[in-house]
Amino acid sequence: MNRMNHMSRRTFLRMGSLIGASTLLSACNGSSNDASQADEGTAETGAASFKIGHIGPLTGGAAIYGTATNNGAQIAIDEINAEGGAIQFAFNSQDDEHDAEKSVNAYNNLKDWGMQVLVGTTTTTPCVAVSAETNADRIFQLTPSASSVNVLGGEEIGASGPRKDNVFQMCFTDPNQGTASAQYISEQKLGTKIAIIYNNADAYSTGIYNTFMEKAAELNLDVVAETTFTDDTATDFSVQVSAAKDSGADLLFLPIYYQPASLILAEASKQAYAPLFFGVDGMDGILTMEGFDASLAEGVILLTPFVANADDPKTQGFVSKYQDLYGDVPNQFAADAYDCIYAIKAALEAAGSTPDQSAEEICEALIAAITTITFDGITGTGVTWASTGEVSKSPKGMVIKEGAYVAM
Amino acid sequence: MGFLSNVVNGISLGSVYAIIALGYTMVYGIAKMLNFAHGDVIMVGGYLSFISMVYLGLHPVFAVLIAICGCTVLGILIERLAYKPLREASSLDVLITAIGVSYLLQNLALLIWKSDPKVYPSVIQAEPLRFFEGQLIISPVSLVTVLVNILIMVGLTLFTTRTRMGKAMRACSEDKGAAQLMGIDVDKTISLTFAIGSGLAAIAGVLLCSAYPTLMPTTGSMPGIKAFTAAVVGGIGSIPGALLGGLLLGVAEIFAKAYISTQFSDAIVFAVLIIVLLVRPSGLLGKPVNVKV
Repeated sequence: MNRMNHMSRRTFLRMGSLIGASTLLSACNGSSNDASQADEGTAETGAASFKIGHIGPLTGGAAIYGTATNNGAQIAIDEINAEGGAIQFAFNSQDDEHDAEKSVNAYNNLKDWGMQVLVGTTTTTPCVAVSAETNADRIFQLTPSASSVNVLGGEEIGASGPRKDNVFQMCFTDPNQGTASAQYISEQKLGTKIAIIYNNADAYSTGIYNTFMEKAAELNLDVVAETTFTDDTATDFSVQVSAAKDSGADLLFLPIYYQPASLILAEASKQAYAPLFFGVDGMDGILTMEGFDASLAEGVILLTPFVANADDPKTQGFVSKYQDLYGDVPNQFAADAYDCIYAIKAALEAAGSTPDQSAEEICEALIAAITTITFDGITGTGVTWASTGEVSKSPKGMVIKEGAYVAM
Repeated sequence: MGFLSNVVNGISLGSVYAIIALGYTMVYGIAKMLNFAHGDVIMVGGYLSFISMVYLGLHPVFAVLIAICGCTVLGILIERLAYKPLREASSLDVLITAIGVSYLLQNLALLIWKSDPKVYPSVIQAEPLRFFEGQLIISPVSLVTVLVNILIMVGLTLFTTRTRMGKAMRACSEDKGAAQLMGIDVDKTISLTFAIGSGLAAIAGVLLCSAYPTLMPTTGSMPGIKAFTAAVVGGIGSIPGALLGGLLLGVAEIFAKAYISTQFSDAIVFAVLIIVLLVRPSGLLGKPVNVKV
């Protein structure tokens, strides 16, 4: 009897730790869940319209991004259709729950629907998988927000595979952000001693970190402390913040998303450490976090292509429409998706494509046309695309003052 | 001074692990099952208190009480619906069910409260204590967490040794069959264990979110796993062991980050678990199991 107990207890514990470890692993793989497949917003607007597909996480842990791109694209589509011009769009949005496999399934659904151009996918990991499919099927793809170079492919920009010539980005690539940040800090003389805290388990964060370090070495910026965290250790930042503080850094570079950034700001305030905080586009969203004490973010600088309180009429029109329809201030993801639709419209006009053409014909025409157009949108003016798929637009330096973004 | 403040930070983190570990150990000690949904009950406790404070504008004390009541009811419900039907099943079945419940809770939270993180207002509004001209900072939340840990530990020990219900629990943990023969309602006792464990989870949720103020549907899962590690290091089933294991793990994690590498801190923490289990398979304060042939 006792022996039995002994055996079962030990195997039980061992199994326990095994399963614990596997839970851990699955926790690392980001959030995928089995929620519903719903939310297939379809809007047919007659026979003579281009069929635009959208894929993004509408449910699950990354839903905040997919919902934003979906809503932003929807507003642009509705505006264009309401204008009643020569180009009309039909829109079909699919959920991928930020999961590569589900994203490819969503893509196949859209192909069955007859999609001619894809706006998506929203998040990077699924986008790498889906862009391989669109490349093989010859369907033109413009992603609003998947920022890794592996989405585009091409060794010259540092991607691991060959260039997928039908894929273009509306957002900056990760490396561009690192380079631009270092350049901006150096040009504006924002700091003499720089500390960095980045997420070494995240491709986005390490991508920016690596290029930032390269450029910083080139510009002779003095990086005095670098510490890391992972998604699993993103709870306690006391060590990282005190390392930055002890090194005497007067600028803390945070190439990370806003959720850990909010914890770092709180910890810094606790330790009475007040350097200049410098973030990237992942910092966007910190002010809309429910319950966030905006005074913690006072003076935080970030490079972002879009600010909701910019005073040009285009941005204001978009923001007020978004607020009316969805009750939120749109973030950069929504703005990028909005611009995607207008950029596609501009490229279609330049290429002279018609809705009765096949997806492949449209794809080849758009590949040629998009590198020739200069596009003015809400995330930048004078935007152009290189044949590498990268977008060229200048990031704006924004500083947070009294809970709002103000242009520097 | 850096060393001292690392010790303080380690104890703050460790005391949060410890308070979660107490719940794990309590349920394991009595019901002999690993309740992997514990971390997610913590998250629910965090949300319940968040809603009470921010949306309903209640005083933190009431918010904590609401969270405790809500989580206790949730714990009883989970036990009744998911675990009770498996009373006679193998421990592996129960374990898998617990993981299922964990995912269910996480996804329900995603549906109800959405994925965007919320910033949790600390239940303890006080200025941090500063020593040595501000070089050593102790946050009031850490002090309260350590204090609550000790209170719960003493309370649980008294409860299980002095009260009739507590004695019934220990009897069930030693031998369910014999306990039943002595007239103890085993089912009810196990349900009570879950109720207490879930109530503790609510307190842990409030303190976790007060110390590290973001709240998401996955907030409880990683601290839950670390706390489980802490409970195993301390000797799962042992109440003082949970406290010791939690503190040890917290200090180890902070020291590993501060003196070795921020990149390897988790690897080091889990290496500690492996070493402890190799040297003392029943944990630091766990009862060594005598093998009779």
